[in-house]
Amino acid sequence: MSAQHLLSAEALVSGYGSTTIVDGVDLELPPGGITVIVGANACGKSTLLKTLARLIKPTSGAVVLDGKQISEVHTKELARTLGLLPQQPIAPEGIAVADLVGRGRHPHQKMFRSWTTDDDRAVVEALEATGVADLADRSVDELSGGQRQRVWIAMALAQQTDILLLDEPTTFLDIAHQVEVLDLLTDLNRSRGTTIVMVLHDVNLAIRYADTLVAVKDGRVLAMGAPSEVVTRALIEEVFGLPNSITSDPVSGKPMVTPIGRHHVAEIEAATRPS
Amino acid sequence: MTSLPATPDLAARTALVRAGRIRRSRRRVIVIVLLAVAVLALLAAVIMIGNTIYPVSDVLAVIRGESVPGASFTVGTLRIPRALIGALAGLAFGAAGTTFQTMLRNPLASPDVIGISAGASAAAVVCLVVLRWNGTATMFAALIAGVATAAAIYFAARGGESTGGRLILIGIGMGAMLDAVVSYSIQRAAEWDVAVAMRWLTGSLNGSRWESVLPLGIAVVVLLPLLALLSRQLRALELGDAAATSLGVRVDHVRILLILAAVALTCFATATTGPIAFVAFLAGPIVSRLVGHGSSLTIPAALMGACLVLTADLIGQFAFDTRFPVGVITGILGAPYLLFLLIRTSRRGGSS
Repeated sequence: MSAQHLLSAEALVSGYGSTTIVDGVDLELPPGGITVIVGANACGKSTLLKTLARLIKPTSGAVVLDGKQISEVHTKELARTLGLLPQQPIAPEGIAVADLVGRGRHPHQKMFRSWTTDDDRAVVEALEATGVADLADRSVDELSGGQRQRVWIAMALAQQTDILLLDEPTTFLDIAHQVEVLDLLTDLNRSRGTTIVMVLHDVNLAIRYADTLVAVKDGRVLAMGAPSEVVTRALIEEVFGLPNSITSDPVSGKPMVTPIGRHHVAEIEAATRPS
Repeated sequence: MTSLPATPDLAARTALVRAGRIRRSRRRVIVIVLLAVAVLALLAAVIMIGNTIYPVSDVLAVIRGESVPGASFTVGTLRIPRALIGALAGLAFGAAGTTFQTMLRNPLASPDVIGISAGASAAAVVCLVVLRWNGTATMFAALIAGVATAAAIYFAARGGESTGGRLILIGIGMGAMLDAVVSYSIQRAAEWDVAVAMRWLTGSLNGSRWESVLPLGIAVVVLLPLLALLSRQLRALELGDAAATSLGVRVDHVRILLILAAVALTCFATATTGPIAFVAFLAGPIVSRLVGHGSSLTIPAALMGACLVLTADLIGQFAFDTRFPVGVITGILGAPYLLFLLIRTSRRGGSS
């Protein structure tokens, strides 16, 4: 439905200070798809996402949007195409849900022009799409973790960007709310054509919801592609350093990772079975 | 999760959400108007009330430049500059305080608590009392010292987690050190009277003169609108640097501008009146209860600052047998709130 913007990384190197964390990543994020980045702790997946979202300046290489380096795009203009939901955004004390969602309108507002009907409509659509319209006048402080995450997603939606990056949007949520948030993002992707790129911790949810899976290890992309094509026992073992068994997810038919630890292993032959 | 109707009536929803937004922003406008009226009323009170109470007609005559026996000196030379400086300093302290508190997301982070006023104050007292500089030179020395203090605190607190909490603690320490410089300088300059000493210890409007009105007035007229213009960016910053960047705010630029403007306002006001205790610290939290949460506090907090200074000055002058400088009164109001916040913070087990 929307113009399909292409976000890509070219020989991207970035990190904090002199520490290199992302070490030479070439990546094209499929427009209109859901891309999920997975990897072990401290593998650079979050840093990669932050560099894509221009929160961290690349040491070398570039993040390119539609053929133009994002560092050369005017920051407000970029904010109308590329949105990011950080891992731990901070809600001002006592703010009403509708007001917080309204802050997503910032890149669409001029310095001297006040609030417009477009802004109101965008806020309402975002509240509706995330199912929090009934909470519009409530204070964000009063909400549950799952509701609050919906409100943050609503703020990102009110920004009306074609590409939405999310840094672990399901952290701190219980399993039911994790599924709820991922379903919501899938709805947005299907109904609006929003390109979604996110970092997820849970590899099975990542496989379930990703159109494209990106596996990161030591700051490099180890594998990228449709989960059914790229997920193998060997890949998961290499990425997470975890012996595992791959079966077919009875619900989605996609691959499913079962970890193998030192205890509670009933069938040794399953563990050693070639995938 | 919520019971949404299958086909939500978008128009009705929009109307509801819009009504909520308008209701909240109207509350802010009402508070601003009421505070502005209060500032004007307090200005009038400070000008008219004293040992002799002059009627409005006399005051207006003095303002028009006519010569009124008695009133020309008392009103024209003493009370009008006193009232104007009180209001201007209050505007400056209030706006600067709420800017810092919002930016660092911590009510303890106002420039008078984290030592920036103390830096300006120390420079001013050294220049005036020890070096015998004139008013304008002192003003700029105070400004430079305030910026230097802010920079020193910023760099000392940088790096790692919880920069905000560390910044406040370092600032409080730095402030204590600089307050010692003020006390020492006053001790050494023995021939100076108590009124001057009080001014640099707690802030006072005694001895306000016309020549101080202009520099402070220019600072407020230039910097207050700048802070008001940046208030939308400030509200994005409040959500965290990452969220603000993704909303298209140039975080580093905006933050430097906000800090410089707020520090400059603090320094100009401090160089004029001394560090009037806790006005910057109190104004923001008081108005945030009045206007409701989530809307910009810059202008309401500035007006509240002016109300606090002028009210405290009236109380200090007339409520007791002895006249107290304005800073003593604001100190009495502010200290319990500071204690309350410190206790609450330590109960929560953190400093950020």
